[in-house]
Amino acid sequence: MATLDSVQNDIIRLLGEKVEGDLTLTADTNIVADTGLDSVSVMDFVFELEDEFGITVPLDRISDVKTVRQLAEAIHGLILESA
Amino acid sequence: MSIEDKVMAVEKAFGALKALGRDPTRLEFDEVISPTEAVLEGRRTILLGTNNYLGMTFDEACVSEAKAAIDQFGTGTTGSRIANGTYGMHKALERRVADFYGKKCAVVFSTGYAANLGSISALAQQGDYLLIDADSHASIYDACKLSSAEVIRFRHNDPEDLARKLARLQGKPGDKLIVTEGIYSMLGDTAPLAEIAAVKREYGAYLMVDEAHSLGTLGARGRGLCEQADVEADCDFIVGTFSKSIGTVGGFCVSDHEGVEILRSISRPYMFTASLPPAVIAAARQSFDQMEANPQLREQLWRNARTFYDGLEALGFVLGPEVSPVVAVKLPGKELAVRFWNALIEAGVYTNIAIPPSTPGALSLLRSSISAAHSREQIADALDIFARVGAEMNLIPANKADRRRLAEPQGALRIVTGGGAPAKADTPRKAQQARASGAPRG
Repeated sequence: MATLDSVQNDIIRLLGEKVEGDLTLTADTNIVADTGLDSVSVMDFVFELEDEFGITVPLDRISDVKTVRQLAEAIHGLILESA
Repeated sequence: MSIEDKVMAVEKAFGALKALGRDPTRLEFDEVISPTEAVLEGRRTILLGTNNYLGMTFDEACVSEAKAAIDQFGTGTTGSRIANGTYGMHKALERRVADFYGKKCAVVFSTGYAANLGSISALAQQGDYLLIDADSHASIYDACKLSSAEVIRFRHNDPEDLARKLARLQGKPGDKLIVTEGIYSMLGDTAPLAEIAAVKREYGAYLMVDEAHSLGTLGARGRGLCEQADVEADCDFIVGTFSKSIGTVGGFCVSDHEGVEILRSISRPYMFTASLPPAVIAAARQSFDQMEANPQLREQLWRNARTFYDGLEALGFVLGPEVSPVVAVKLPGKELAVRFWNALIEAGVYTNIAIPPSTPGALSLLRSSISAAHSREQIADALDIFARVGAEMNLIPANKADRRRLAEPQGALRIVTGGGAPAKADTPRKAQQARASGAPRG
C-alpha cells in the first residue's frame, strides 16, 4: 500500500517530467503558480496519476488543491478508499 | 481578492498579448454584409470565425418569418415560461426539433450554453456520476459545477479510459451520465461515438451528445454525429444550439425519455431566464425547414471545408486531425498566434483566436469555421491571404506560398496587399443570400 510520502515522491517525479527549467519541486510547490503549467495541463497531469495509482480522481476532490502536498493527500485518500 | 486585484490578474494574464494588437473581446464589426462578409475597421473582411455553417443568418425565408413574428407577437416574451407562460410558438418549435430528430420530446432553452447547463445539471444530481470528455466545452464544465453529481473526466476521445472509469463505478448506486460532443470546437475532431456507445451499453450508463457544431453539418439529414455514426438509438439525450447551423440563438435538449420533461420543473437555467423571443423562434423553425429542403448546403459546406483544409495543408500549416467545418491552424506559441491573427485581420480575413488555458493540450490556435455560403472566390482569397501572411511571418516555407500563387490561373491572383480589401469581397448581398439558401428563391 502506497504511503503519503511515497505518493508525494511519485507526484514530484512525474510532475518534474512536465516542468521546464530548473525548478526544484517540493511539497510546498504551488502546482499552477510555480510550475508554469496552466490549469487544463494540471488536470491532464491528473490522468497520469490515475494510471499510476489505478484510481479515478473526481474533479471535486482536487478543486481546492494548490500545493504538491495537498495533491498527494487527495490522491492518497482516494487510494485508501479504493483499497 | 479585491476587484483591483482581479483586474491586475487579468492584465497580467492577457495585457502583453493585447498590447500586440487588438483585444479579441472588444472587436467591433462596423457592418455585417452577409453570412460570410463584414466591414471591420473600415475594411471588407471575409468571415472565417462565425460558426455560420449553412449561412442561415441571411436566409430570406428565415428573415421574413422573423419579421412577421415580430409584427404578430412583439419583440419579446419579457420573462420565463414558468412565470410569463408558454407561447404556442415555443411548443411548435419544440415539436419541430423533436420531429427533426425523430424523438419524443424536446425542451428549448434560451441559449446553447443554457441548454447544457440546464440539461446536465438537472439530469445528474446528488449521488449520480457525470463522465465528461476532457476537451468538453466550457458550458459542460459549468454545468458540472451547477450539478451536485460527482464529476469524472475521461481522456479526450478515449473510450478505453471511459470504460476503466465506469468499471470502477460498478456496483455503486446512482445514474452514470456520459457527456461527449459531436465535433469538438477547437480542433474540429469528431468523437468515436460508436465505441463510446458500446461502452455505454456495456456499463448501463446514459449517453448525452452535444451536437452544437455537428447539427446541420454531419449525417445524411443533418442530425449530427449520432446519425452519421448510426448510434441515434444509443444516444439518450442530444443537446444542441440554434446559434450555429440554425443561424439564430437558443438551445435544446431532445430525447425519447419522457423524463426529460422534468427539466421544466427543476432546471434552473430553463426556469429562471427569459424565454426565446418570437422572432428567434420563427427564424429557428424556418431554418430547420430550409436545412431539410436544401441538403446541397451540407454538400457545399464540405466541398468548401475540404478545399480550405487541403489548401492550408499544402501551404505547410499544421492543422487539426481531420477535414471538418472547423479548421484549426496550430501555431508555436501564444504570441505568434496573436500576431498572426492580427495580421490576417489587417489583410481582410477574420478568424477566431484560441490560446491556453481555453485550448486542449496548451495549444495556440487560429480557428476557422467554414460556411456553405462561402464562395469559391472567398475560399481562394482566404487561402491566398493565409499564404502571403504566413510566408511573411515565416510560419510556412516561402516556396510553398509561391507555389500556390503559380498554381493559380493567370488573372485569378487575388493577393491583397497593404491591408486592403479582398478584390472579390464586394459580392452583392442578394447573390450571397441565394448561395446561402442553396437555391435562388423569389
